Amino acid sequence: MAAPESNVDDVVAVPLRHPWRWISGGIATALLLSFIWAVYSAESIQHEIVTKFLFDHRILEGMLVTLWVTVVCMTFGVILATILAIMKLSVNPLLRWLATGFIEFFRGTPLLLQIVFWGYLGIIFPEIFLGIPFTDIVFFRDQTSDVIPAIVAGIIALSLNEAAYSAEIVRAGILSVDSGQVEAAKSLGMSSGYTMRKIVLPQAMRVIIPPIGNEFIGMLKNTSLLQVIAVAELYTRASTISSANLAQIELLVVSGFWYLVMTTVLGFPQRALERRYGRGFAVVGGRAAPRAFKVGRR
Amino acid sequence: MAEVMVDARNVRKTYGSNEVLRGVSLTVERGEVLCIIGPSGSGKSTFLRCLNHLESINGGRIYVNGELMGYRQSGNVLHEMKPKDIARQRQAIGMVFQKFNLFPHMTALQNVIEAPIGVAGINSAEAKELGTKLLDQVGLGDKGDHYPSQLSGGQQQRVAIARALAMKPKLMLFDEPTSALDPELVGDVLDVMKGLAKAGMTMIVVTHEMGFAREVADKVVFIDKGQIVEMGTPKQVLDKPQEARTKAFLNKVL
Repeated sequence: MAAPESNVDDVVAVPLRHPWRWISGGIATALLLSFIWAVYSAESIQHEIVTKFLFDHRILEGMLVTLWVTVVCMTFGVILATILAIMKLSVNPLLRWLATGFIEFFRGTPLLLQIVFWGYLGIIFPEIFLGIPFTDIVFFRDQTSDVIPAIVAGIIALSLNEAAYSAEIVRAGILSVDSGQVEAAKSLGMSSGYTMRKIVLPQAMRVIIPPIGNEFIGMLKNTSLLQVIAVAELYTRASTISSANLAQIELLVVSGFWYLVMTTVLGFPQRALERRYGRGFAVVGGRAAPRAFKVGRR
Repeated sequence: MAEVMVDARNVRKTYGSNEVLRGVSLTVERGEVLCIIGPSGSGKSTFLRCLNHLESINGGRIYVNGELMGYRQSGNVLHEMKPKDIARQRQAIGMVFQKFNLFPHMTALQNVIEAPIGVAGINSAEAKELGTKLLDQVGLGDKGDHYPSQLSGGQQQRVAIARALAMKPKLMLFDEPTSALDPELVGDVLDVMKGLAKAGMTMIVVTHEMGFAREVADKVVFIDKGQIVEMGTPKQVLDKPQEARTKAFLNKVL
């Protein structure tokens, strides 16, 4: 039966006006614009210096270092975090205790302190060697500063710190998977390692990825701390230039701009990963369609 | 004489001071269907989970297909089995759970063929053929590329049955397979199970579906407080129960 064209029951009401929404929004926008204008028109900021250094090859090289150090540290960090998370969930009390100790230690001390510590490793242990203790058998011996240059020290520091934080994220992800999944896997004759790789971790990923995305962005910015051990990343390059030309603010704007670009761009692969591991799950929040409307394969 | 598939002898299981199973003994022959009924908390699900060593037992012995489950006996000494060997034993025993426990990140077909490929080691073309055939058998041949979240409860449970069958088990365990389903979806699942029984599969079914037990079971066991109260044909146990506890239970559920 066709619906009648109009009906006295239809709700045709005059919408309620919301003047305060407009007024509050207007005030906030005005404040923002005036701040941007104040910064833009400040005489102490020379725009031509900003534009001149924005694409300076030293800045771009520094950015490259920032990017690859971030990716390397996150990779090591997350791999180590997964191992720590599994250790923490192990039935072996010694493994549990060691993982907990590691996490407590690296979460409980400032990152800056850890970076400086690894940077100074050459002073604490001038030589490192690989051999059998209490014997004369030495496979390898060298100056610490040769084996561990600043960039390696920085990567070690950031990776270990990241592992401590991400371990709890990975552990939470593993715990979020229903125990029935493990039982079903066992009943099919799957080993515990296979169950972890094929059944538990892929489901845990759904819970792990959003906070790890956060960690990624945090890591990208934390690489700037490597300035204290003179790793030539973006912030170090910018501050080296500004200490020569004294245009501190301008170079902060330059490096700030690029950090913002990089953190924004990193959001895209994160969303792709979330879709990848969200397959089969009805995600609330508009990305995957609610279950009732989902037809066929995504 | 018929071949014994399951031989449980005086099985005991405790959680702390709580005795869940207090000496359960029964045998199931090849091709037989055994239904286990009983009030909740009676230990019937625990007993089922002991059969494939999802739970370890504190006393007694369980033999499936002639093999002692979970342990190796040399003389009078029992040795715990390696996880690898327990996993191998479990491959011969399919299990279907009350809450389906399908892998939500895999399609129906992937759910069915994951273990044949990853555990049994058959190649993926062969596995897909097998998987499609099994999905057809449970009436879901056209749902292979659906994720569990896109299927109804009854369809999910039928995929779970196909998944268990994919490992070509000699014994199938069903743990209240229809308890989590809407009433109108129960029939489809029970039909699949009837088909399996008719095809000669050895089955142990924990269930509240008395109609199913009456129609399909060769033997019905009533368990209460961790012990077998009454055991016999469906007619004996369901229609002419001898024990007061059985009568009281049946009065409540029928």
